[in-house]
Amino acid sequence: MEKIDKVHSPFVVLDIDNIDTDQIIPARFLKSTNKSGYGEKLFYDWRYDSKGSLKLDFPLNRNHSNVKILVAGENFGCGSSREHAAWALHDYGFRVIVSTHFADIFKNNALNNGLLPIEVSPEFYEELLEEAKVDSEISLLVDLSKEEVCLMVSGIRESFKINPHKKQCLLKGQNDLDYLIHLKDEIVAFEKSMK
Amino acid sequence: MMKAQTLFEKIWNRHLVKSVDDKTDVLYIDRHFIHEVTSPQAFDELKQRTISVFRPEQTTATVDHNVPTQKQHLPIQNKESRKQVEKLYENVKEQGIQCFPLLDEKNGIVHVIGPEQGLSRPGMTIVCGDSHTSTHGAFGTIAFGIGTSQVAQVLASQCVLVSRPKTMKISINGILEEHLTPKDVILYIISKLGTDFGTGYFIEYTGEVIDRMSMEGRMTVCNMSIEMGARGGLIAPDEVTINYMREHSKTALTKEELEKWKRLQSDADAKYDIEVSIDADEIDTMLTYGTNPGMAIRVGDSVPTSTGATASKALEYMGINEGKVLEGLPVKYVFIGSCTNGRYEDFAIAADYLKGHKKSNKVTALLVPGSNRVMKQIVDAGLDKVYQEAGFEFRQPGCSACLAMNGDTIPAGEYCVSTSNRNFEGRQGSGARTILASPVLAIIAAIEGKIVNAKTIREWKK
Repeated sequence: MEKIDKVHSPFVVLDIDNIDTDQIIPARFLKSTNKSGYGEKLFYDWRYDSKGSLKLDFPLNRNHSNVKILVAGENFGCGSSREHAAWALHDYGFRVIVSTHFADIFKNNALNNGLLPIEVSPEFYEELLEEAKVDSEISLLVDLSKEEVCLMVSGIRESFKINPHKKQCLLKGQNDLDYLIHLKDEIVAFEKSMK
Repeated sequence: MMKAQTLFEKIWNRHLVKSVDDKTDVLYIDRHFIHEVTSPQAFDELKQRTISVFRPEQTTATVDHNVPTQKQHLPIQNKESRKQVEKLYENVKEQGIQCFPLLDEKNGIVHVIGPEQGLSRPGMTIVCGDSHTSTHGAFGTIAFGIGTSQVAQVLASQCVLVSRPKTMKISINGILEEHLTPKDVILYIISKLGTDFGTGYFIEYTGEVIDRMSMEGRMTVCNMSIEMGARGGLIAPDEVTINYMREHSKTALTKEELEKWKRLQSDADAKYDIEVSIDADEIDTMLTYGTNPGMAIRVGDSVPTSTGATASKALEYMGINEGKVLEGLPVKYVFIGSCTNGRYEDFAIAADYLKGHKKSNKVTALLVPGSNRVMKQIVDAGLDKVYQEAGFEFRQPGCSACLAMNGDTIPAGEYCVSTSNRNFEGRQGSGARTILASPVLAIIAAIEGKIVNAKTIREWKK
């Protein structure tokens, strides 16, 4: 897994609540048996019209390359457990998603794929929306070690919380499978104790 | 004295291998279900690390999400879908995992076959790479959906690393009117509490309405826990559970097992983080009008005034105006099936409303049994004839138009009254407009070609 520590980037805003995983990646694109290549299908039905042309009024299509941060409305990632949603966001180039809160399974899937979900207060979220209206090039600096996100220019910052184990995984680029494989003896002992 | 515990806490603690820190636990998994869509990348991960499946006998595979629901005896037409199904067959063969392939008498939707094959048992921890794994909670289990990375964890170690959820109790008291179904109960709860009310929680459902519900109905309720954001939902085992297990278990129930199951109850003075009480009198036939399952109303109610940009976008997508009653809305598509309402009881309830009626010739109906066993039950009861005479035909089992990844899609702009679980934009096909409802409302919509009012439903069988 790719490490994450500091991310400094402009951001795209999708001010819509309850963005579900069917919007992030529609089910018809889940036929692949690989983990890669989902970025071009990200938000497919919102990004492309029925003829497959880009919809220019969709925020992702207005943006410029190298945007690593997505700011989206509450309950982001609700719905299906498809990890393809996290793979698609990561493959597109996002490394951080900012929302007021995330659906549980999505949050976990993101953390398992080097994609950092940051939960901010509704006030900070509104501030991001306001600032982005004024200047679309405005950027955010995310510092995972310090658990802090800062709006560049105004300097408005907010701290965020992250599961301590997941934080270490992201900083070191390790995943949970590495941890569990080394736990085999304890798991075998646990199985014996259950009987 | 031991601290009073909820049922959830009892099962969780019993499966706790260790705590990584105060936020994260290593949880042992008794039963793992896999399907063709969310498992191939997990098997690849194990292969890359040259490790084999740790406890293959505790995993069961089926194909359901991406399979055709017609002509299953022929090779799958779509090349990618065929490859995905074949990949699963290869992986399970290599690793010695039990699998119910297409056409097998035990094949069907993962959350239908687990219970009916007696694999989901009270007190277990159960996971699957599918959010509707919460269905199995009906048996007094901790059952939840996981991502593919976690599927790999379970294959490699029979454990997952998870944060411990908070606990919620939802009591549904009183007695439901005869025409109401478990689907109306859960849609009402989600509409009342909201689509993210359960985030971070594991729900226990209790109360008279649950006590009187069949196992199939309880599965419908637990199934949709995820639609209010909950990690899962469970119901304490009782006589109804034990009778179901007697019928479905492949092994005779032992005295020890039965005693253990009887202890699977929350202590009387156990504390929940949140408690919610619902009165059965508040519930009526439910249906959705928007693009998440929380956007649901009683059939007699009018569509609420939009509360912001997100709600307005949903109404625009649905072509439904605020303040409007849905009675009379023309419907051209009906889907009865899915892990929410694709069990025998669902088709039996609908058949009860079908007697003496015919399908409207304006309606295309997709009737998709949850499993081959469900279809066999339908045939054994002679219900296939009832449906046939009314102009319906059954397809073969699969997830079908619930997520529409197998080609069973609803055309753009058309309304579909669907017994499935999600009405998200494009869920049943690009531009399709899903109205979630019970098998009762769905079958009446198929007969009438429109949404009917509450009085019609109440008096239908009189």
